[in-house]
Amino acid sequence: MRLIWLVPCLPALGALVNGLAGVRLFSRRTSGAIACTALLAAFGLSAVAFIQLLGLSPVSRVVDVVLWTWIPRMPLQLTSATLGSFSVPLALRLDALSAVMLLVVTGIGSVIHLYATAYMAEEPRGGYARFFAYLNLFCAFMLLLVLGSNFLVMFIGWEGVGLASYLLIGFYYERPSAADAGKKAFLTNRVGDWGLLLGILLVFATFGTVDFREVAAMVAALPAGAHVGVVSAICLLLFIGATGKSAQVPLHVWLPDAMEGPTPVSALIHAATMVTAGVYLVARNAVLFSHAPQVMTVIAVVGVVTALFAATIALVQPDIKRVLAYSTVSQLGFMFTALGLGGFTAAVFHLVTHAFFKALLFLGSGSVIHALGGEQDMRRMGGLRKFLPVTYMTMFVGALAIAGIPPLSGFFSKDEILLRAFLSNRAIWAVAVLTALLTAFYMFRLMALTFFGEFRGAPAESPLLLDGEVPHAHAPHEAPSMMTVPLMVLAVGAIAAGFLGVPAALFGRNAFEHFLLPVFTSPGHAELAHAGAHGVSVGGEVGLMALSVVVAVAGIALARRWYVVHPERAGAVAAQWPRLHRLLLRRYFVDEFYGVTIIRGTLASSRWLWRFDTGLVDGLVNGSGKLTLITSWFSGLTDRTVVDALVNLLGRTVAQASGVVRSLQSGLVQNYALLMLFGIFAFVTLYLFV
Amino acid sequence: MLTLLVVLPVIGALLLAAVPNADGRKDGLVRWLALAVSVVMFGLTLLLWLRFDNAAEGYQFLQRVPWIPAFGINYSVGIDGISLMLIVLTGFLTPIALLSSWESVHAHVKSFAIFILLLEAAMIGVFISLDLFLFYVFWDAMLIPMYFLIGIWGYDQRVYAAVKFMLYTMAGSVLMLIAILGLAYLNQVATGSYSFDIQKLALLHVAPRTQFWFFLAFALAFAIKVPLFPFHTWLPDAHVQAPTAGSVILAGVLLKMGTYGLIRFAFPLFPEAAAYFAPFIAVLAIIGIVYGALVAMVQPDMKKLVAYSSVSHLGFVVLGICAMNMQGMQGAVYQMLAHGVSTGGLFLMVGMLSDRRHTRLIAEFGGLKAVMPKLTAGFLLMTLASIGLPGMNGFVGEFLIMLGAFKADPRYVIVAGLGVILSAVYMLWMFQRVFYGPVTNEKNAKLKDLSPREWAALVPLVALAVFMGVAPGIFIRPTDQAVKAVVERLDAVKTEHAEHRAAPVPDAVSAAVVAPAEGK
Repeated sequence: MRLIWLVPCLPALGALVNGLAGVRLFSRRTSGAIACTALLAAFGLSAVAFIQLLGLSPVSRVVDVVLWTWIPRMPLQLTSATLGSFSVPLALRLDALSAVMLLVVTGIGSVIHLYATAYMAEEPRGGYARFFAYLNLFCAFMLLLVLGSNFLVMFIGWEGVGLASYLLIGFYYERPSAADAGKKAFLTNRVGDWGLLLGILLVFATFGTVDFREVAAMVAALPAGAHVGVVSAICLLLFIGATGKSAQVPLHVWLPDAMEGPTPVSALIHAATMVTAGVYLVARNAVLFSHAPQVMTVIAVVGVVTALFAATIALVQPDIKRVLAYSTVSQLGFMFTALGLGGFTAAVFHLVTHAFFKALLFLGSGSVIHALGGEQDMRRMGGLRKFLPVTYMTMFVGALAIAGIPPLSGFFSKDEILLRAFLSNRAIWAVAVLTALLTAFYMFRLMALTFFGEFRGAPAESPLLLDGEVPHAHAPHEAPSMMTVPLMVLAVGAIAAGFLGVPAALFGRNAFEHFLLPVFTSPGHAELAHAGAHGVSVGGEVGLMALSVVVAVAGIALARRWYVVHPERAGAVAAQWPRLHRLLLRRYFVDEFYGVTIIRGTLASSRWLWRFDTGLVDGLVNGSGKLTLITSWFSGLTDRTVVDALVNLLGRTVAQASGVVRSLQSGLVQNYALLMLFGIFAFVTLYLFV
Repeated sequence: MLTLLVVLPVIGALLLAAVPNADGRKDGLVRWLALAVSVVMFGLTLLLWLRFDNAAEGYQFLQRVPWIPAFGINYSVGIDGISLMLIVLTGFLTPIALLSSWESVHAHVKSFAIFILLLEAAMIGVFISLDLFLFYVFWDAMLIPMYFLIGIWGYDQRVYAAVKFMLYTMAGSVLMLIAILGLAYLNQVATGSYSFDIQKLALLHVAPRTQFWFFLAFALAFAIKVPLFPFHTWLPDAHVQAPTAGSVILAGVLLKMGTYGLIRFAFPLFPEAAAYFAPFIAVLAIIGIVYGALVAMVQPDMKKLVAYSSVSHLGFVVLGICAMNMQGMQGAVYQMLAHGVSTGGLFLMVGMLSDRRHTRLIAEFGGLKAVMPKLTAGFLLMTLASIGLPGMNGFVGEFLIMLGAFKADPRYVIVAGLGVILSAVYMLWMFQRVFYGPVTNEKNAKLKDLSPREWAALVPLVALAVFMGVAPGIFIRPTDQAVKAVVERLDAVKTEHAEHRAAPVPDAVSAAVVAPAEGK
C-alpha cells in the first residue's frame, strides 16, 4: 500500500517514454506494449492495494502517503498565531472510495488500452505513439485525481485530465471540427473550474485546510445548522465545478462534441472515467455536502433534469456515438440525482456499473465504425447482426444492462437510485422512472438501427473513407480479436458488477455499500448519509423493482415495434410532431443560444474594448505627446520670431550664435523628446511645488 | 560580489567594443563572446543564490562606498530574497535573449551585443541598489539600451514605439525623482542630514498626508512600468516593434521592475498611504486582468496578443501585492518569476515563427503541428504554463495570489477568476489557429523545425516552467524573509484600519471552526 504512489507514476512514465522517444523511434508494437504494460502494472498494484485494504478493519482503511511538500508552508497572518499556516503537501490517500476508483480507472483503462492497440492500427507510427502517450497521460492524471488527499492535488489531476481530454479530442487536429471540439471542451470545463477554484479558496478561508478528511471532521464538528450559508456557498461552488467536468446542464454542451476524438478515448475518458470526476468530487465531500441541504436539492434537481433532458435528445440523434454521448450525460444525471438525495453509495455504485456497460457500448460502437470504415451515421447502418456477431452479442448485453434488466449490473445500481428517489421525493422519482423508460427505448432504437433490418450503407462509395484506404469490397467484417476480447471482458463485467451490491430485499449483503459507507460518514457520526434508506418494507422494495423492470421492458418493446417490426412507424411519428422532432434533433438549440449570446457577446465586447484601447486610452497618450510637440513648436516659433528678432538687433555675430539655437528645432525626434521631457519636468515641478 | 555582477557585463561590453568589426566579418566572434559573458554571469547569479542565506533577515552581501557625501549619496548595494530571485531570472534570460537573436540580427551585431550586456548590467543594478539615488540612476540607465534595441533592431514602426516607451517611462520616473529628492529632504529635516538609503528612510516617520503624495508619485512611476491599466498602451507597441531579444527581456525582466518597485519602495516606505490606496490599485489591477484578457482575444498579431496577456498577468501580480498579506505577496513574487519564464518563452517562440515567415499575423499560419511538431510541443507547454495549469509554474503564483486576495476581499477573486477562464480562451484559440487544422498557406508547408541553437534557447525555459510548477518551494523559500518583512510593515498599519470594519464572515467561521479542531 505504501507503493500506491507508483500507480499514477507508471502511466506517467509510459507517457513520458512514448512522448519523448516513442514518437520518433518506436514501432507501433513497442509503443502500444509500453502503454499497456504501464497501465496493467498499475492495475496489478491497485488490485494488491485493494486486497490489502480489505484486510484492514473498516474504520482503519485509510492510508496516507506524502510525497513532498508542494506549496511550502507560509503563515497566514503574522500577527495572530491562531490561524495557523498554509502549505500543501503532494499527498495521496488510499481509502475505500479511492480504491474503488483506482480499480475502475486502471481496470477498464487497461481493457481499453488493449482495444486501442488494434483500433488505432491504421494510424501512422508517430501518431500511434502520440496517441498512447496522451492516453497514458490521461490515466496518470485521473489516478492522481482520485488519489489526491486534498483539494489542490485533486485539482492538479482535475485540470490534467482536462488537458489530456483536450489533446485527445483534438487528436485528429487537421480536422477543424476536432480542434474546435477540443477547445470547446477545455473552455466549458474552465467555466466550471472557476467555480471549483473559488470553492477551494472558500474552503481554505473557512476551515484553514484543504485536506478532505480534516475538512470533513471540522464540518462534522459544527453544531447543526451553524454556518449553513458558508457551507452552502462552498458546496454550490464545488458543484459548479462538478457540472463542468460531468457535463451537467447547463455546461453539458462539450461532451457530445467531444465524440470527435477516437472511439477508445470516448469510451475511457468521456464515458467511464473522467466525466465521473464530478460525481467523485461530490461523493468525496459527502460530509460537507450533507451539511448543505438546499444545495443537495439543487444537485438532485439538476441531476434529474439533465437525465431527462439528455435522454430526450438521445431519442432522435442519427449519429451512433452522439446517442451514446447523450446517454452518458443522462446517466451522469442519474448519479447526481442519487448524490443530491444523499445516496452517495448508490451514486458511486452506478458510476462503477456505468463504467462497465458504457465503455462496452462505446467500444462496440467503435467496432461497428471500424467495420464500416469510419461511418457513424446509423441511417447508413442496419443488419450488421450477421456481419458482427460478437459485437452484436456484447452490445446487446450492454444495452440490457443500461436499460435495467435484471440481473445485469445496471438493474441493481439504477434501482437503488430509484428507491432512494421514491423515498425522498416522488416528483423526482417520477421523472427518473420516465427517463428510465426513455433510456430503454433509445438504446434499443440504437440496437435496431445498427444491427437489425437491412444493411442501408454502401461502404464502397462511402465518402468518409480515409485517403489511401482500400474500400471495403465485400460486406463489413468483424473486428480482430484484440478488439473483440476486450468487448467480451467488459460484457462479463456489465453482467457481474451488479452482484457487488445486491440489496437486502433480494437476500443480498450489499457488500459495496458496507465497504464504502465509512468514507461518506464523518468519524464518530455514523449513519449520517445512510439515514432513511430503510423506510420501506421489503415488499414495497420488490414492488418498485418490478415496476422498473416493467418500464424497461416497455421501452424495449416500443423500440422493437417502431424500428424492427414496423420500421416505417418511427418516421411517421416524427412527421406527426415535426417541431418537437426538430427541437430534439437540434438539441434544444442550446449550442446556438450560447453561440449568439456568450460567444458572440464576448467577442463583440473584446473588439469594442480594443477600439477603446487604441482610440481613447492610447489616444490620450499620443494626444498628450502631440500637445507637447505643439507647445514646443510654439515656443520654437517664439524663439525665432521674438528672441531671434531681438538677437538680430545685437548684430551679426550674435545672430550666428542663434543659428545654433535654431538647429535645435531640427525636426529630429530625439530633440523633440528632450524638449517634451523638459516640458513635463517643468510642468510637474510647477504643479507640485508652486 | 554584487558589484561584480554589474561590472562584469560592462567589461564584456567594453571588450566587445574593442573588437574591430566594422565590416561585420567578426560577427561570429562577437556573438560567442557576448554569450560567454552572459553565461558566466548566469553562473555567478547561481553562485550568489547558493551563498544566499534563506533564513537571515534583512539584506545580504551589503557593500557601501560614499559617493556624494555632501548629499548623503552612497554606492550602497545589497540583496534580499526578492532581488536575488529577480537577479537570477535576469541572469537566466540574458543568454536566452542573445541566442534568440543569433540569426535574426544581421546589422550592427556588435552594438546589439553591447546594448544587451549594458542592459543586463543596468537591470541588475536596479535590483541591488539600496540607495534611492543609485536606484534612480540605474532605473534610467536601463532605458537607454532598451530604447536603442527597439529603435534600431525593431520592426517597421520601431522609432515611434521606442520614443513612446522612453517618454512614457521617463514621465513616470521624473515624478519618482521628485519624490526621491523630497524624501531626502524630509530626512534632512528630521535628522539633520540628507540620506537616500532606504534602510534609513524606512525608519523615517512620514506624516500620512505627505505619504499620500509620495506614494502617488512612486506608484505612478511603477504603474507605468508594470504596466497597470490604464497606463499600458506603450507595452503592445514596444513589444510588437522590439526584436525578439528585446521582447524576451522586456517581458521577462523589465516589466518586473514596476512590481519590484511597488514591493520594495512604494508599499513599505509609505504603509499608511499604501493601505489607503491598495483597494483602488487592486480594482485597477482587476480591470487590467479582465480587460487585458478580452483585448488579447481579438488581436490578429501574435506578439500583440502575448503583450496584452502580459497586462492581464501583471494585473494578478499587482492584485497579490495589494492583498497585503503573506499569500498574496509571495504569490506576486512567484508570479513575477513564472511570468518571466513563460511569457519570455512565448515571445521567443513567436520570434522563431516570425524569423521564418516575416509575419506575426495569426491568420497567416495554420496547421503548423504537422510541419513543426517540436515547436508545437514547446508552444503548447508554454501556453499551458501561461494559462495556469496546475503542475506548471503559472498555477502556483495565481493560486497564492487568489488566496491572498480572497482573504483581503472575496469579491476581487470572483472577478479576477474570470481572467483565468479568459486566458485559456485567448491562448488556446491562438494555439488552435496557428498549429491545428490543415496547412492552408503554402508558405508554411516547408518551414523548418527547431534548430539546435533554438533548442538550446527553448529547452531551459520549458524545463524550468515545469520544474517551477512541481517544486515551487525552491523558488519561494528564499523570498520568505523579505516578503515577511514587507508584510510585517504593512500589517502594523493594516490592523488599525481593519478594526474599523467588521470582520468578513469567513474569518468568523474559521475562528469558530479552528478552535474546536485545535482542542482535540
